[in-house]
Amino acid sequence: MSLDKYTLQNEKETRAGFGEGIHEAAKSNPDIVALTADLAGSLKLNAFIKDFPDRFIQCGIAEANMIGVAAGLTIGGKIPYTTTFANFSTSRVYDQIRQSVAYSGKNVKICASHAGLTLGEDGATHQVLEDIGMMKMLPGMTVIVPCDFNQTKAATKAIADWEGPVYLRFGRVKWANFTAEDGSDFQIGKAQVLHEGTDVTIIACGHLVWTAMEAARTLEAEGKSVEVINMHTIKPLDEAAIIKSVAKTGCVVTAEEHQANGGLGDSVAQVLSRHNPAPQEYVAVNDTFGESGKPLELLAKYGLGKENILAAVEKVLQRKK
Amino acid sequence: MDNFACTNTIAFQFFYQMELQQLKNMAIQVRRDVVKMVHGVQSGHPGGSLGCTDLLTALYFKVMKHDPAFNMDGIGEDLFFLSNGHISPVFYSVLARSGYFPVSELSTFRKLNSRLQGHPATHEHLPGVRIASGSLGQGMSVAAGAAKAKKLNNDSRIVYSLHGDGELQEGQNWEAIMFAAHHKVDNLIATIDVNRQQIDGPTAQVMDLGDLNAKFRAFGWEVLEMKNGNDMENVLETLELARSFVGKGRPICILMHTEMGYGVSFMQGTHEWHGIAPSDAQLETALSELILEDAADY
Repeated sequence: MSLDKYTLQNEKETRAGFGEGIHEAAKSNPDIVALTADLAGSLKLNAFIKDFPDRFIQCGIAEANMIGVAAGLTIGGKIPYTTTFANFSTSRVYDQIRQSVAYSGKNVKICASHAGLTLGEDGATHQVLEDIGMMKMLPGMTVIVPCDFNQTKAATKAIADWEGPVYLRFGRVKWANFTAEDGSDFQIGKAQVLHEGTDVTIIACGHLVWTAMEAARTLEAEGKSVEVINMHTIKPLDEAAIIKSVAKTGCVVTAEEHQANGGLGDSVAQVLSRHNPAPQEYVAVNDTFGESGKPLELLAKYGLGKENILAAVEKVLQRKK
Repeated sequence: MDNFACTNTIAFQFFYQMELQQLKNMAIQVRRDVVKMVHGVQSGHPGGSLGCTDLLTALYFKVMKHDPAFNMDGIGEDLFFLSNGHISPVFYSVLARSGYFPVSELSTFRKLNSRLQGHPATHEHLPGVRIASGSLGQGMSVAAGAAKAKKLNNDSRIVYSLHGDGELQEGQNWEAIMFAAHHKVDNLIATIDVNRQQIDGPTAQVMDLGDLNAKFRAFGWEVLEMKNGNDMENVLETLELARSFVGKGRPICILMHTEMGYGVSFMQGTHEWHGIAPSDAQLETALSELILEDAADY
């Protein structure tokens, strides 16, 4: 498999993929309703609202109530998609999600944009870096972090047919769009092997998947054989894909726009420690809050750039020896 | 207690239409269940359960059209949501007595491997429970959402909910109260159990709720006062009045004035019995006060 299979199509916001996805899904599924907490524009709901005004529920700046209303809407067969920024979708409403959605087993789709450092200038109050951990800890919660516009659109449509609560995490910034335009390469719970290799495995999610691909190009040019896996579904985790890949390469680098504590890397480490212990390096935020800045500046400052992945690969290859 | 007045319908197996005396008798039976359940496990919340017994008995045995065969979506049925989940004993009793699950199962309340969790949960698939509650302040939002779903489904049935007065100290309630008025959720009848008590003492001392009637009105709700929520006639007439406001553009609030612990003299009117269980001797005393000729205790 060549890295050239996945080339840059364009740059688009993953949140725009969400907006297109929910609009398309709603056309074929009359049970889908959209809720927002005063962020319909930011979540790109304009087309949905125009075509399905009766199925749009504005909740105002009151996220706790929005989660509860969504739980109630499922009683009666609706499939509610709640929309707001990732911080307000999770930490602000954690107990509401825990009791009224997760413990109650409600079919609510929690759709969260502006996740991570790439939210940019708004700063740390809005840059949630703990949400994957919080959400994956909830029993019964599915956690999906698509990597680009096309995949966010595909995931948004797919979760309508996935029974049970879902946390769908995406971002604000324009980012490389490179997966299949029709979403045919996306399946919930199935890791996407973007490139096969034998020296090292890089497992990434979200925006950092493209960064991992760019790092892989550099490494391949240096003669290293790199396996790149897009782990878009953090839970349920495709454990078999991790075990199979690391059995082959013997070491792994994980990359995510999230705290090292409790994120994708910890999920991967848990699988490996039980099945096939191997050297692992984390590319993640190291127990700190973010700050204001431009997305790429922030990724560089907080250690989430291509150079950081290259350094992590170098280190893990050393440890493997 | 088997001679219920039931009416067959096409959509439902049956629904209850008890007469006043039958309802009063059922309320005594439910109160007997409540004290026995809490005594049996030496844990639980008898005070609020006893105070709200008349409302839940009226809802489940006369007012609501509901199907004990139970399906989660409840299309074409009236729905009830218990937000103050700690009064689970009274909820479980009316569910069992109206046929959602065997009355004998009440003896498993709060014990290991039971479907009757300390606070109501759907996780154990107990028929009649549609949402987990216990962490306070969430039920109003859920009830509003379920009522909104009924509107989207062109389902004309009503959503009822119950909340503690102390529970209104949780801010999410006021988000939901604003939401329900804004979206004209006029198929929602939310009852507040105004017993003026909470764990740490009288609400006026712990965190004064102020003029609840004025507050709900200011938020755009229709507000009714149920002067004595422990008088079955007053409960029935207030619920009837509330139903007359359904579909008129405003959500409906009933401020239900009750006495915590009603029916058991030593539990009545005090926050002391919010969350403690009676001893063997106290159970005897309580049951001797809850006199029912043909009691069918579990």
